[in-house]
Amino acid sequence: MNKQRLIIIGNGMVGHHLVEQLIERHATDRFDIRIFGEERHPAYDRVHLSEYFAGRDARSLAMGEVGFYDANPVTLHLCEAVTGIDRDNGEVVTDRGRYPYDSLVLATGSYPFVPPIAGAEAGQPNRLVYRTLDDLDTIRAAAADARRGVVVGGGLLGLEAANALKSLGLEAHVVEFAPRLMPVQLDDQGGTALRDKIEKLGVGVHLDRATTEIVPGEDYRYRMHFKDGESLETDLIVFSAGIRPQDALARQCKLEIGERGGIVIDDQCRTSDPEIFAIGECALWSNRIFGLVAPGYTMARNVADALCSEAGDEQPTFTGADMSTKLKLLGVDVGSIGDAHGATEGARSYRYNDETTGIYRRLVVSADGKRAIGAVLVGDNAAYDTLLQYVQNGIELPADPASLILPSVEGAPTLGADALPETASICSCHNVTKGAICAAIDAGATDLGAVKAETKASTGCGGCAALLKSVVDSELEARGVEVDQSICEHFAHTRQALYSIVRVEGIRTFSELIEKHGASQGHGLGCDICKPAVASILASCFNEPITDAAHVPLQDTNDTFMANMQKNGTYSVVPRIPGGEITPAKLRVLGEVGEKYGLYTKITGGQRVDLFGARLEQLPDIWSELIAAGFETGHAYGKATRTVKSCVGSTWCRYGVQDSVGMAIHLENRYKGLRSPHKLKFAVSGCTRECAEAQSKDVGVIATEHGWNLYVCGNGGMRPRHAELFATDLDDQTLIRYIDRFLMFYVRTADRLQRTSVWRENLEGGLDYLKAVVIDDSLGLAEELESQMRHVIDSYECEWANALDDPEKLKRFRSFVNDQRPDPDIIVTEERGQLRPA
Amino acid sequence: MSTATAIKHDVTWQPLCHQADLVAFSGVAAWLETAEGPAQVALFYVPGHETELFAVDNHDPLGGANVIARGIVGDVKGEPVVASPLYKQHFRLCDGVCVEDPDARLRHWPVRIAGERVEIGLRG
Repeated sequence: MNKQRLIIIGNGMVGHHLVEQLIERHATDRFDIRIFGEERHPAYDRVHLSEYFAGRDARSLAMGEVGFYDANPVTLHLCEAVTGIDRDNGEVVTDRGRYPYDSLVLATGSYPFVPPIAGAEAGQPNRLVYRTLDDLDTIRAAAADARRGVVVGGGLLGLEAANALKSLGLEAHVVEFAPRLMPVQLDDQGGTALRDKIEKLGVGVHLDRATTEIVPGEDYRYRMHFKDGESLETDLIVFSAGIRPQDALARQCKLEIGERGGIVIDDQCRTSDPEIFAIGECALWSNRIFGLVAPGYTMARNVADALCSEAGDEQPTFTGADMSTKLKLLGVDVGSIGDAHGATEGARSYRYNDETTGIYRRLVVSADGKRAIGAVLVGDNAAYDTLLQYVQNGIELPADPASLILPSVEGAPTLGADALPETASICSCHNVTKGAICAAIDAGATDLGAVKAETKASTGCGGCAALLKSVVDSELEARGVEVDQSICEHFAHTRQALYSIVRVEGIRTFSELIEKHGASQGHGLGCDICKPAVASILASCFNEPITDAAHVPLQDTNDTFMANMQKNGTYSVVPRIPGGEITPAKLRVLGEVGEKYGLYTKITGGQRVDLFGARLEQLPDIWSELIAAGFETGHAYGKATRTVKSCVGSTWCRYGVQDSVGMAIHLENRYKGLRSPHKLKFAVSGCTRECAEAQSKDVGVIATEHGWNLYVCGNGGMRPRHAELFATDLDDQTLIRYIDRFLMFYVRTADRLQRTSVWRENLEGGLDYLKAVVIDDSLGLAEELESQMRHVIDSYECEWANALDDPEKLKRFRSFVNDQRPDPDIIVTEERGQLRPA
Repeated sequence: MSTATAIKHDVTWQPLCHQADLVAFSGVAAWLETAEGPAQVALFYVPGHETELFAVDNHDPLGGANVIARGIVGDVKGEPVVASPLYKQHFRLCDGVCVEDPDARLRHWPVRIAGERVEIGLRG
């Protein structure tokens, strides 16, 4: 069989995609494929062009695998400009020869529009544009010795160009004709938010400016005059004021051209000559040009299908494209979805605008308020994927649509992967639907990597990576495939699963657990991840002393020696001071012990006293003295209840409305010794002035006129989180009942080392669910949770008192098992009247 | 009891401590005098494992303190290790090599249980 001759004019991103699609369909069996590109480089990634100045070269920007065009049976002509198309003879004419074709595809792309401005006519050295790698080389040359650069055009490409100038070290300015940046994608407020952000990055923004003339400048090379009489001097000018379809060849050979340019195509991407297709930015479909890469790719796929189809096959059709975009311009997130301007009749909008952080979100909904039809995002694209799914799939909005764009601390409902229909487009670069992902999984792809390899999803711009993962996870889970959430290599279980196993089977030791449920049938020794996690679970469930022989090897050094290891191998000691209330006599004991053992002494944030620098062999003596004075261990070393901070409350304070110290002492004594997935901090404030900072704690209690308000899941530290109001005006009994249930539910369901704040953020159903479980007892667990807590409380024993009674346990507190000397490498020096590590 | 640590012909055995000083599945530190000077030895006792007793340096070269004996004993893919209590790097008990940073390693000694005594093997 004689092969058909297929010529593709244009080797940009869309032309390249067509070649890839043809090869995937084995089209080279039927076609001799010849590709013409007028540039020096084979197809490269124009979307990330500005990275050329940030160090990427033509090779790393190249599309496809290295050597793609050599490896495949196609002929690529670079630097060979097509000068004409001879439709009568079916030939493409270049400056080097004539090539016959049976089918022809025009993928000629577009060219930058340069407005007619006196002084910037064709051929002028200041007429720089931003489209090709050669353009960038020209800009780089012009930027040598330049201080300032101006981009004419404040659209998507113009801002990219400004970023490029900035990476060249120039002071960059953007001049835009319209009254806002990115007028196509953004509304007024979005444009303003973007402008503020960009100006903060040191880029000058000049809106509403029509350039009338460019003349030699005084301080810089050129001076631009604007219509309003203003002017701006600069060393170089890049025009990025929009694109025009590259339709010259099509005009010349008399194909139908749109009124304002563009090669007219039908739904099959055929031009007025049925042997000739046009795809990408040169093509005009339904009087529209699509200036994004994704629609061009869709057209390329359609043409590949059409060329490879047999007579009688159903022809694929191009039905327009979604122009939603998500990008990072100058490092600023910008997203635009569907009807961003709310132009649809009856459309209504929700807006969130934070002028401090420069975050703006707009959600446009249909007249009946049931569907999302558009959105604008500036400063944060986190909501983009979810909003896009709502718009593209017509998913019914939640009762309060504003929650979709409000800050996430308010607990925005997330759109679960399982809520998406099969037709939902997950990856728009490669047009992969959720259905295609499910098909790949059913065909045997059982992890994310396999699904990506099979469907190409998320191998384009990568913007859908998070969404793809959640779809794959949820589908795998739905098929009963275990998504690996093993705690470590020794147990193929989560912490939560281990907790249930321990409880249900009444397993009381690590060795029994690893023997019965370990990944290698009892051969493993465990590790520093699973051992402390299991130790914590056993302690939460049975509350046996952690210094018992069976539990000793499981503990981190802090738990083993019931003190906190410092950087030189010594320990710090923190006795419990419930509620921060202490008698002068006991305070004096702390001073005496500190002085006697030469301990560095510091007040903690939890209203206690920390004594640093105790050597291993000193710990039992120190604790004998502390216990004799009435102190108990403070569990500062454990993932356990730490402190209950309090203000002085109604006993002394003129404003206090309840006895906050009394409540704090009661809570601390109740929950002391409770081991949990991570440390627990509490506070009780005696009035709304909140001097105890209860809203930054795992459990916060604030007094009201009528009782107590309970707050949960707050955190200070690295990721501060305000606690959430959980219940109001509780009496003492109800308060304690809720806290019992809350803590035990956390102990039961949290991951290892997961603070309540993170646990709460990952809790499906959020605060409402937590309230239902704790307050309404929706799971019927309340009694069980309370009885488990009662067991922990009833079995409390000071760990240090327990250890001091047992000579076997005390044997561990020796620096050397065969020698009395202290570790000679611990050396201290004096600072501000105290000792510290030298 | 198996003490599989390779015994070179020029090793002399020196008593270190009592077997009762060992803590099962955990570590203790012992003081050692040698011809080259004193050393701190971390002894790890893993009853039931094919090698039951290991001796490595108690000095954590990455954390810079004498704390190795106070780390958690475990295994990485079946290979017995101790996790430093300071910054949690894992050191192989058989040869002291750090799993995360093979340039960092602990000295290690042959060690055996003889009767009720723990003996450490010294060269020369």
